[in-house]
This record gives sequence, structure tokens and C-alpha cells, in this order.
Amino acid sequence: MTIYAFYAALQQGLVYGIMAIGVYLTFRILDFPDLTVDGSLPLGAAISAVAITSGVNPWLSLVLAMGGGFLAGMVTAVLTTRFHILHLLASILTMTALYSINIRIMDGPNVALLGRQTVFDGVRSLGFPSPWPELIVFVGVSAVVLLLLIWFLTTELGQAVLATGDNPQMIRSLGVNTSFIIILGVGLSNALVALSGALVAQHQGAADVSMGVGTIVAGLASVIVGETVFGDRTLARALLAAVLGSILYRLAIGFALGLAFFNPSDLNLLTSVLVVGAMITPSLKRRLFQR
Amino acid sequence: MITLTDIVKYFHKGSVNEVFALNKISLHLEEGDFVTVIGSNGAGKSTLLNGIAGTFSPDSGKIEVDGSDVTRWPEYRRAALVARVFQDPLLGTCPAATIEQNLALASLRGKRRGLGRGVKAADRIRFREELSRLQLGLEDRLLDKVGLLSGGQRQALTMLMATAVRPKVLLLDEHIAALDPKTAEQILGLTKEIVEGQKLTTLMITHNMNHAITFGNRLIMLHQGRILLDLSGEKKAGLTVKDLLEQFYHAQGEELATDSLLLG
Ligand SMILES: Nc1ncnc2c1ncn2[C@@H]1O[C@H](COP(=O)(O)OP(=O)(O)OP(=O)(O)O)[C@@H](O)[C@H]1O
Ligand SMILES: [Mg+2]
Repeated sequence: MTIYAFYAALQQGLVYGIMAIGVYLTFRILDFPDLTVDGSLPLGAAISAVAITSGVNPWLSLVLAMGGGFLAGMVTAVLTTRFHILHLLASILTMTALYSINIRIMDGPNVALLGRQTVFDGVRSLGFPSPWPELIVFVGVSAVVLLLLIWFLTTELGQAVLATGDNPQMIRSLGVNTSFIIILGVGLSNALVALSGALVAQHQGAADVSMGVGTIVAGLASVIVGETVFGDRTLARALLAAVLGSILYRLAIGFALGLAFFNPSDLNLLTSVLVVGAMITPSLKRRLFQR
Repeated sequence: MITLTDIVKYFHKGSVNEVFALNKISLHLEEGDFVTVIGSNGAGKSTLLNGIAGTFSPDSGKIEVDGSDVTRWPEYRRAALVARVFQDPLLGTCPAATIEQNLALASLRGKRRGLGRGVKAADRIRFREELSRLQLGLEDRLLDKVGLLSGGQRQALTMLMATAVRPKVLLLDEHIAALDPKTAEQILGLTKEIVEGQKLTTLMITHNMNHAITFGNRLIMLHQGRILLDLSGEKKAGLTVKDLLEQFYHAQGEELATDSLLLG
């Protein structure tokens, strides 16, 4: 692996790590498998790119992207809680609808950001050479997201979110409207995924309608690899593990694709094998030690 | 305190599986009434309590708690007035949360949850005090996950949680049925202490005739979705297990008699 490939994998791991935090929130905390993310990642990218090309401040465009992601998550959660559509199916429906919506937003399948101001330019103008501006922004945003989320989950409301995933019957009997909590949680998750997508777009210099394909699998891979390697004893640790898992996942993929044997199109196969591997490791370990 | 008027509940209405679970139940409880509820399996006891808690809305009838008509209130809204303990100790607590987090969740029952700290320092002192009353040593384990506790310990904690905020009505659905005899007696003792100490209006389902007689000031027997027997005061105090069993079999006998009549 060249140093450039290493930096590229590190940057990708960090920026998609924000998406992995969102996936952790639905998949692990709320016990709500949510495929909306495959649509809300490009949604965030589209909103941010279109906002920037219309002259909006790139930082502000991130906020707009998060708002869009939140709405998308809300739609899935309302379909599930209010209309009792199975969560997986509801999220597939939203994701499918988002494909068309994203094209509408961009007025085409993609928007280029060449020559436009991005969030990295501010840091670059402080005199940091590449790849530092990207790394600084990604680490900074991830850290802020992690800290805010960990803080939120210790508040009264945040504790109700955790309880909703853990024992919904019990928390309802303690007066919590679990539908509201699920709408809030899935909304928040997709806001983070959209934020990740917006940063990816600014980083790549373009938003593309197909950039969301496989987001959920990459997110799950990050969460599961993170848990397996870094542990999940406390909530803070588990959330950090999702980000670190994302970095590890991108490094592993970058390394594998660097080998002459693999083609870039093998990415999906590798990812699936990696996820399955991480998922069956615990039971394999148990079997080995029992012998 | 609580008034039920002509509560009717069908399950799977109109299908071949139709169950007439509550047949025009009317019931009035005064403040501080401690009512034991008996009846055979499938009599409708749990359905009655679920109806009060708001797990479903009745097909017809009216439910008033503390002067408010709560018939159409969703479960989470009724929780401000109604607390409950289930038979399954796993249902009443969050296994992944710590003891203090569970107690903190419960001490906000029916209140607005905002961005204040989930567990406050002042809470901890109160929690320790309350837990020490259980004499299970839980006061030194505030940071242990509840999933680590035994069924009895979890049920004791659930009793504390249900009454952390004084409920207008406390619903106990066979809350000691899943415990070993010794633990069951302990939790029952705790129940008596809390319910009588705080004069809570309570409905307690039990299959133990002895408990049904010795606990509370009023006893009702359900059968096929109707209240067949309603005894309080002197009448309840003078009751023996034998009397009760006779009444119980009498009720079922009636059912057998009508069946054989139909068949004959
Ligand atoms: N969710 C439901 N769907 C369909 N039928 C139900 C449902 N809940 C209860 N029933 C039916 O309603 C009737 C009353 O049930 P309920 O659970 O209230 O009985 P119970 O008196 O609590 O009995 P047990 O002593 O066995 O707990 C039963 O015939 C039961 O099968
Ligand atoms: Mg029952």
C-alpha cells in the first residue's frame, strides 16, 4: 500500500465514520435496521453541492444537508410507527423514492463542485498542506458529532432513546411516546448520514446520485468490525469503535484492492466477506476454545 | 379514583377466532382500595388490566381515572396516572441500563423528558436510600447493569420503579408468579408494605386464593369476561379458601351445565 493510498483510506474511513455513527444509532441502539441511508447519503451530498453552487456558505450547506437527512429518516420512521409498515420495507421505500428526489434536487444525476469553495479551503488557507486540511476537518467534525451524541445519550431524553431500543414496552409504561422517540432517533441517524454524504461530496468535488449504493453494508461493516476489534463495553467506546471500525474497514479494503489479484469491482464481495467474517468470529472463537 | 363503565373488548372481532374477552365490565374503586383479582385462565384478568393501562382501547365503554376520561388516551399518556408490574421480570426493566439509570427513567414517569442530566447526583442519594429498604444489597450496585440481576431482584426493583412517582392506580399482573416461593413471599411482603404504606389504589391479579383473601380490602372474581364475585370489608375478611374454591368451581360448574344442556 502506498502512502497516498493509506491517506486516502484514512480520509475515507473518517468521513464515512460519521455515517457509521448514524448506522450504529439505528441498528444497535434503536434496534431498527434502516436502509434509508443508501438514499440519505447522496441526499446530503446533493443538498450540499446544490447549496454551494448557489452561493451558500459550505459550512451552512452541511446544516442544510443534515436537515434533509433528518426529514428522510422521519419519513421512514413515520411509515413504520404510524402506518405499521415493516421497518426494512419502509426504509427501502424511502430509499427508492430518494433516488428520484436526489435527481430532482441536482436537476440531473450529478453536480460538480470544481473550483467552488468547500469547507476544506478555510483550513487550507491557514497554511496546512495536503492531506491535512481534509484530515483536520474530518477528525474535527467526527469529534464534535461523537461528543454531542454521547452527551445527548446521557440526558433524560437520550436515556429514553436507549430504553426504547432496549425495552419499548417498559419505557412506554413509564410514559414515553416510543413512536416519537423512534422518529427522533431515525431522523438523527439520517442527519448524520447526510452530513457524511455532504462532506464526501465536498471532498470528491462532486455529488452523484449513485454514490449511496452499498452505504448500509459499509456502515454495518464498520460497526461490526469496530465492535469485534475495539469492544463495546461502554456506549462511548462503542460509538468510537464504529468510527475506528470504519477506518479499519477502509484500510482493509484499500489494502486488498492494492493487491494485483483484485479489481475495484470486487469491493462488494470483499465487504460482504469481511462482514460475515467479523460476525461469525465470536462463535468460531467459542468453538475453538471449547475443544 | 377509577371508574370503569360497561367495558367491552373483543379480540379478532368478526373472525372465526373471535374472543369476547370483556363482557360489559363495570367497576368502581375508591382511593386507597387494594383489590385482589382472581379467575381461571383466560377469564380476562390481564385484559382488564391492559385495558386500564391503555394497551388497547375498548370496543365500547368508558374508563375514568382520577376524574379524567382516559378511554381514548394512548398507553404512554395514561402512564402519568397508571403504573404496572408484569408477571415477567424481564419486562419491567431495561437490561442494558444500570440500576440507577432504570430508577431515573422511572422517576420521570409521566413527566416531560428534556436535556437535563439523566441521572443527577441528588437522585443517587435517594436511590441508595430506597434500594436499601429492599435489603438485597442493591444500594451498593447502582452502576451494575440490570441484566445481571436475578428475576427476584429485578422484580423488587420494578416494584420500586412502579411507585417511584406515586401512581393514581397500581396494576400488578401475577407479579410474583415467575419467582421461587421464598422470593415470591419477599416481593409480596414488599408489595404490602408499599401499597398499604402509601395507600395506593391497587389491582393485584393472583392465582393464589390464600393471597387473594389475606391481601387487600376487596376481592373480585372474573369469569368469561364478567365480574362474578365482588366482596369487600366484612364479607371479604370472613372468607375462607374453601368458600372461595366453592364459588370458583360453582362458576365453572355453571359453564359445564350450560354446555351439557346445549349438547344434550
Ligand atoms: N392480544 C390478544 N389477542 C387475541 N386474544 C387475546 C389477546 N389477549 C387475550 N386474548 C384472549 O382473551 C381472553 C382473556 O385473556 P386474558 O389474558 O385476559 O386471561 P387471564 O384471565 O389473564 O388468564 P391467565 O390467568 O391465564 O393469565 C383469552 O381467551 C385470551 O386468549
Ligand atoms: Mg393473565
